[in-house]
Amino acid sequence: MKNNTPLFKRIRENRLFWPLVALALIFIFDAIFSPGFFKLGILDGHLFGNLIDVFNNAAPLMLIALGMTLVIATGGVDLSVGAVIAISAGMGAVLINPVFGQEQITNAVAADPTLTHTPLWLVVVVTLAAGTLCGLWNGMLVSRGKISPMVATLILMVAGRGIAQLIERGQIMTVYYTPYFWFGNGFILGLPVSIYIVAIVYIVAWLLVRKTSIGLFIESVGLNSKSTYYSGISEKNIKLFAYTFCGFCGAVAGLILGSYIHAIDANNIGLNYELDAIFAVVIGGTLMSGGRFSLLASIVGALIIWTFTITMYIFGVPANALLAGRALLVLVVILLYSDYARLLLNKIFDRKRSKHGATN
Amino acid sequence: MAQRIRSFLLNNGPLLTTITIFILVYVMGGRLYPAMQKPQVFFNLFINTAALLIVSIGMTFVILTKGIDLSVAGMIALTSAASAALLLNGVNPVVVMLLMLLMGIVFGLAMGSIIHYLKVEPFIVTLMGLFFARGMAFIITLSSLTIKDPFYRYLALTKLHIPLFEKAYVYIPSLVGPLLLLVAIYLANFTRFGRTVYAIGNSEQSAMLMGLPVARTKIAVYVFGGFCSALAGIVFSISLLSGYGGYAPGMELDAIASVVIGGTMLTGGVGNVVGTLFGVLINGTIVSILQFNGTLSSWWTRIGVGVLTLIFIGIQSLFYMRKKHS
Repeated sequence: MKNNTPLFKRIRENRLFWPLVALALIFIFDAIFSPGFFKLGILDGHLFGNLIDVFNNAAPLMLIALGMTLVIATGGVDLSVGAVIAISAGMGAVLINPVFGQEQITNAVAADPTLTHTPLWLVVVVTLAAGTLCGLWNGMLVSRGKISPMVATLILMVAGRGIAQLIERGQIMTVYYTPYFWFGNGFILGLPVSIYIVAIVYIVAWLLVRKTSIGLFIESVGLNSKSTYYSGISEKNIKLFAYTFCGFCGAVAGLILGSYIHAIDANNIGLNYELDAIFAVVIGGTLMSGGRFSLLASIVGALIIWTFTITMYIFGVPANALLAGRALLVLVVILLYSDYARLLLNKIFDRKRSKHGATN
Repeated sequence: MAQRIRSFLLNNGPLLTTITIFILVYVMGGRLYPAMQKPQVFFNLFINTAALLIVSIGMTFVILTKGIDLSVAGMIALTSAASAALLLNGVNPVVVMLLMLLMGIVFGLAMGSIIHYLKVEPFIVTLMGLFFARGMAFIITLSSLTIKDPFYRYLALTKLHIPLFEKAYVYIPSLVGPLLLLVAIYLANFTRFGRTVYAIGNSEQSAMLMGLPVARTKIAVYVFGGFCSALAGIVFSISLLSGYGGYAPGMELDAIASVVIGGTMLTGGVGNVVGTLFGVLINGTIVSILQFNGTLSSWWTRIGVGVLTLIFIGIQSLFYMRKKHS
């Protein structure tokens, strides 16, 4: 059966094919126009270079893309990821140097890099818990409250930034506590810590969705939520799980981002991450209407976005100007993956084959 | 008779709730801060929410067809940045305004066509519209541009005195919203277009089978939405006399909240434009109460609007369930 389909078609329909082609194209572009892109060096016992930067910068996006993949696979969407990053990172910063009322951060805090008001493990736990709670809240609204995912998460997208500002009392909180920086700037065996964090979360997610039946249930909810319900699967709990996991991923991303930047600005941390996460998932070939998904393809999607972004930075394109281009690209990719376009593609290929058959 | 009153209440329940809540909130504000009882504070609502009202009117039509338009805030930012840049280069202000309206219409037309013909979900298309518009605005200018055009300044700074109240005034741009509201009421309730919008919202398939012009109407709704956003952008840039890509953050939720608070169902087909006016007024009242308080900070507005939206979605589904049962 498998051998009947031509090899090219089999490759063409593999989920990783198009994302990898796109990534390869960007790399080829870099190889030609900016040969320094691939240069790797060793400084202070760890690797550095543009490729490492791509991985380190893309880590938060990869994490969020993981969560977003599951949410989109259930046929929903989570617009609140940026706000979740702000809330969870804000919680961490407030615990490290607590600002009550309108009190400013004192010089004593700024001068002492080991001063913290909460042990580091508690900071991490609270950061993760805050994001997971946000995800739980979204999940409850969608699964129990029957509110459409777009509206439910839009509420947190806007109100969440307000909550984050409330947590930080409207200040941009600078963190001076050095051990906290390890998550975003540290190195293990020459590679950034963030890569290991992504790998751990990815393996956990992969085990959860592929080694248990949860992944299958998520796909079935995305394909047909009603028939899933009638087959005796609690479609509510599956959705709840997806949103909660997305919140958790947002929290881990918040931890890395906050520790990378050394400061948490409630209005700007994780800005436009919802766009990039949707972009990464869509590049990975998961349909916006839900159904089949691939975690690895979404991660490749996130890598594509950051390779592209850093390439553009090398050429001196300002960050904000990239926004319009990315938005257009998302739309084009969505159209390419839509059934309508796929039918058209298949038609063209089939016609070519039948022509060949006629001449032979 | 009792049956009639009951059905009237059920049919107009959300609208009546909205009006009651507006009056309650306003009276409460007046009690807390006696200065809020001045008529000028009431007219300030129209001055402060001028852009929001226009955007929400367009949003009402979109939501009535079961769609959504998340691009409004981006469009406002883009309009303000583009018009500021054009005015800086000495283009005639009237030409600028017409160009901006044309841009809004084209933008809406593009989004509507993609939504209808390529069958992509409205929220994803308009979300990309939001980022696209903001990105374009940042391409035009990375920092805020000041508008020094005399015509814009004239529009922004001329006070129109309200006949019956002494010392009360509004600015010229504040009148655009109420005028557009009249047009919208006419469009929604007395034209074939309006009936088709409601029909599509209730069931697109039935509307199609009834031979209604579904494609034309659906696209027209997004065109109207784009037009309204551009108009709101002009009003916005007149009142701030500057243009910047980061303006109006989160206004899409404000507009959706106003529409939902006004009694329009997010599931489409139910609602009216008058309610939207009161939704916007409630939004404005909350903001002015926060301003009068002084110690509460701006982020409470965002949280407040979010909570209010949630409450009203709850109230709506309650009314909807009651109606289904009776």
